[in-house]
Amino acid sequence: MNAPAETVEIALTVNGERVKRTVPARMNLADFLRNELELTGTHVGCEHGVCGACTVRVDGEIVRGCLMFAAQADGCKVDTIEGLSDSREIEELQSAFVLTNALQCGFCTPGILMAAQALLRDLPNPSREQIREYLSGNYCRCTGYQAVVDAIEAVAKARALRSK
Amino acid sequence: MKAPRFAYARPASVAEALALLDKHKDEARVLAGGQSLVPMLNFRVAAPKVLVDINRIASLAGIKVTKNHVRIGAMTRHVELERSADVARQLPLLASAMPHVAHPAIRNRGTFGGSCALADPAAELPACAIALGATFVVAGKKGERRVAAEDFFKGLYATALKAGELLLAAEFPLPKPGYASAFGELARRHGDYAMVGVSAHGSKKGGKFSDMRIAFFGVGDKAQRAAGLEKALEGQSDVDGALAKLDGDLDPRADLHASAAMKLHLAKVLAGRVLKELVA
Repeated sequence: MNAPAETVEIALTVNGERVKRTVPARMNLADFLRNELELTGTHVGCEHGVCGACTVRVDGEIVRGCLMFAAQADGCKVDTIEGLSDSREIEELQSAFVLTNALQCGFCTPGILMAAQALLRDLPNPSREQIREYLSGNYCRCTGYQAVVDAIEAVAKARALRSK
Repeated sequence: MKAPRFAYARPASVAEALALLDKHKDEARVLAGGQSLVPMLNFRVAAPKVLVDINRIASLAGIKVTKNHVRIGAMTRHVELERSADVARQLPLLASAMPHVAHPAIRNRGTFGGSCALADPAAELPACAIALGATFVVAGKKGERRVAAEDFFKGLYATALKAGELLLAAEFPLPKPGYASAFGELARRHGDYAMVGVSAHGSKKGGKFSDMRIAFFGVGDKAQRAAGLEKALEGQSDVDGALAKLDGDLDPRADLHASAAMKLHLAKVLAGRVLKELVA
């Protein structure tokens, strides 16, 4: 075992690409993605896990990028909004957000899209109540959430129709 | 803000973690899921010199059902408790509490042991552990010891854990026949800390309560049993008559969300709902 250290060498996969860096132990994952890798789609809002703007996927599950240190992501597979967008995994959600005007300033949008994609994976046909409950950890200060819920519901319904 | 500077260590075993904790004593903090500790670091409420990250200690994770109990490893994540068929079957109280613990992204990281070792007075899991009569398994330099949940929670963010000790797991006894449990929580917004919450477990044979263990959270400096209410319910089926005993059991402090009187009122309303659901 290595002795405690203030800098840590890490190797991880971000959006499918291998990345190696030496980082300060105190650097959180969201800052690492933004400042070291210039993946600025992950937003830093409250820095204490309340707002959800920094939501990213680590080993397939959504987490708060501000509540995990980059050092802890060593060996992990991290996906950011850039990865989900480029792979077209969230294409339908993005279109639905545009159609229903589910964003205004867009600050919360990457985090909400990450959460919405996780919701639809676990619960393909959620009620509006379940959508609201799932998104209770993502703050939006512009839309009042109505259009966000509309967009996610529309995607869920479209997918359900297609799978019939 | 960002976390202050610290030195990071990631032990691979309990023995390595204990050696680090012993070496660095009060200057070290254990990093479990980090969903409360990291905000505390970011707010500079905590500034340990050394963080001992126990996330890669495989023996601390997981849920095991044995002949007598369900053992929940300290590093079992909330999401695992939420999705576990064993927990749903054997410890339905925990299963019904989990959706109230913060939000999905937090539950993916946050851990059972982290929540219990932090002992936030408004957290769900300590009250569940008390109501179900769980026993905590603690490791230190001199070996393992066991602490009953009721004795584990000492006060505001205070537990029976001593410097250099590590919480390994909790053992929940398998429920006896005829026993049932129910959970309730009131929060301003889903996933927020509780204004008041209650976990109840006991026998409801023949529609009468007995051997009740009722633990409240969010109404004091720690999760606590309501001895007067439990006693008043013994052999009874009348919930409303017994609820008045809560006046003597609870002494809530006012906070940002509610006055002391309002909290006591909410505790009675919530306990009434939960107990009626339990005996129905």
